[in-house]
Amino acid sequence: MTLKIVVCVKYVPDASGEWGFSGDLTVDRVGVDGLLSELDEYAVEQALRVAEASGDAEVTVVTVGPDDARDAVRKALSMGADRGVHVEDGGVEGSDVMGTSLVLAAAVGKAGFDLVVCGMASTDGVAGVVPALLAERLGVAQVSLLSEVSVRDGVVRGRRDGDAASEVLEAGLPAVVSVTDQSGEARYPSFKGIMAAKKKPVESWDLDDLGVDAGSVGSAGAWTVVESVTERPARVAGTVVTDEGDGGLRLAEFLAGQKFI
Amino acid sequence: MAQVLVFVDQVDGVVRKPSLELLAVARRLGEPVAVVVGAGAGGAAGVLGGHGAVRVLVSEASEFAELLVVPKVDALEAAVGVVSPVAVLLPSSGENKEVAARLAVRLGSGVLVDAVDVVAGEGGPVVVQSVFAAGFSVRSRVSRGVPVVTVKPNAAAVEEVAAAGAVEELAVVFGGGPAARVVSREARAVSGRPELTEAAVVVSGGRGVGGAEGFGVVEALADALGGAVGASRAAVDAGWYPHAGQVGQTGKSVSPQLYVANGISGAIQHRAGMQTSKTIVAVNKDAEAPIFDLVDFGVVGDLFKVLPQLTDEINHRKN
Repeated sequence: MTLKIVVCVKYVPDASGEWGFSGDLTVDRVGVDGLLSELDEYAVEQALRVAEASGDAEVTVVTVGPDDARDAVRKALSMGADRGVHVEDGGVEGSDVMGTSLVLAAAVGKAGFDLVVCGMASTDGVAGVVPALLAERLGVAQVSLLSEVSVRDGVVRGRRDGDAASEVLEAGLPAVVSVTDQSGEARYPSFKGIMAAKKKPVESWDLDDLGVDAGSVGSAGAWTVVESVTERPARVAGTVVTDEGDGGLRLAEFLAGQKFI
Repeated sequence: MAQVLVFVDQVDGVVRKPSLELLAVARRLGEPVAVVVGAGAGGAAGVLGGHGAVRVLVSEASEFAELLVVPKVDALEAAVGVVSPVAVLLPSSGENKEVAARLAVRLGSGVLVDAVDVVAGEGGPVVVQSVFAAGFSVRSRVSRGVPVVTVKPNAAAVEEVAAAGAVEELAVVFGGGPAARVVSREARAVSGRPELTEAAVVVSGGRGVGGAEGFGVVEALADALGGAVGASRAAVDAGWYPHAGQVGQTGKSVSPQLYVANGISGAIQHRAGMQTSKTIVAVNKDAEAPIFDLVDFGVVGDLFKVLPQLTDEINHRKN
């Protein structure tokens, strides 16, 4: 039995660029340079490692987003994923996490899965709730924030390094897992990988293909409303001194003045 | 009077500060009803009543220890059935965000996570989040179902308010579907320092600390100030400090009264995790480091000279 692995990836604005909001209070994604979220590279990497260890697996990468989001799929394919799915539909624009997870769950279900691998969070929204929403919608267990993942005999097992303890966790397949940036450096696409990716299939699905009602996603279907967005005032520049042998004392003086000492 | 469900984190009956802060947040929206689960949960009732909980719903079933997330969702779903609350609040943590998300799907409710503030509004609770490396403040509300909101530590001050704190056994039906289970657990060594996300003072070290042993001067300063110790991603990736101490986009987001950045350049990913600190000071030998754009007070110099001098002076003033 081929192990079916699906990796969910997101195309996000480049963190080094200017981030902002459009007039309708959604994240400005037009004319902004984007890329495969760095945190999702770890998910692709772990999916590929699990596939390599199993010897008989297929890795499908799924993204939901505008036309440019295809770049995130291509990057994952050039790293070694087998096939791509790009869900693109104007109706999805303005979705909150509920709408996004509804579309993603439908796409993952249609693609077919034993194991869904997600990053720990997106680098733009950083809510980190999509893996849990997916698991609930798909009716499967979820093993999250793992720094190690392996699959054996129909069970996914991993290590989570929490604040209070390091734990080994497991769940029977099918399951959703999320992996952290401690799970292992993501591979760079090789020239061969980039060339091979051009020949790999990428399917385009819209809401009709997924049987998702347009009224349940997008701004209209969102279960949360943004009332206002305010840019934080830049911090007022403070005092910077050069240490001439009394830097620590001067810092102590400042802290005492602020009542920290 | 409207009632607000507050999910309380507890270990052996001990309740930490973020859960008590949450009771203060809940009182802005209605009467807090605490939900507390797991071994020893009943032992938390007194302190919860002392911080405004009018009712305390308790379940000490064994499922909470054996399985992750799903039993807690089952418990909150049961509590929502008992109370019909106007909102459900949880302390924001990795696991609680999962609990909140799954609960929201079951209730058909909108969910908002990582709130830095929650206030009463005409259309229900108004939730404030800090986004894009803390560059923007977003005010939102849930427009469908019972609002489910996770709130970050330090969003409100703890308030001691005597309330009935009437204890009720919560009947939970554990039928919420497949869940992950814990195979083994290795407790971390306890540092005795405050928890990073809850601490009033955080002292962090980065690439400029130069190695694991370099964190000695950072820890000494943290101890003099009674603070927690943090680290930049560069220091964690180099293996100088455990990942649990990482501050930044992929680590912890902190908002203490005082943040001391040592040998940290201040890349956007780090700023995302500490920019909302009340007072920021930095020590770095590079005068051009972007961290200096954020500081209230900065010292350009060698942290191995500046920090010990500062630590000695603090200890001297304390005695």
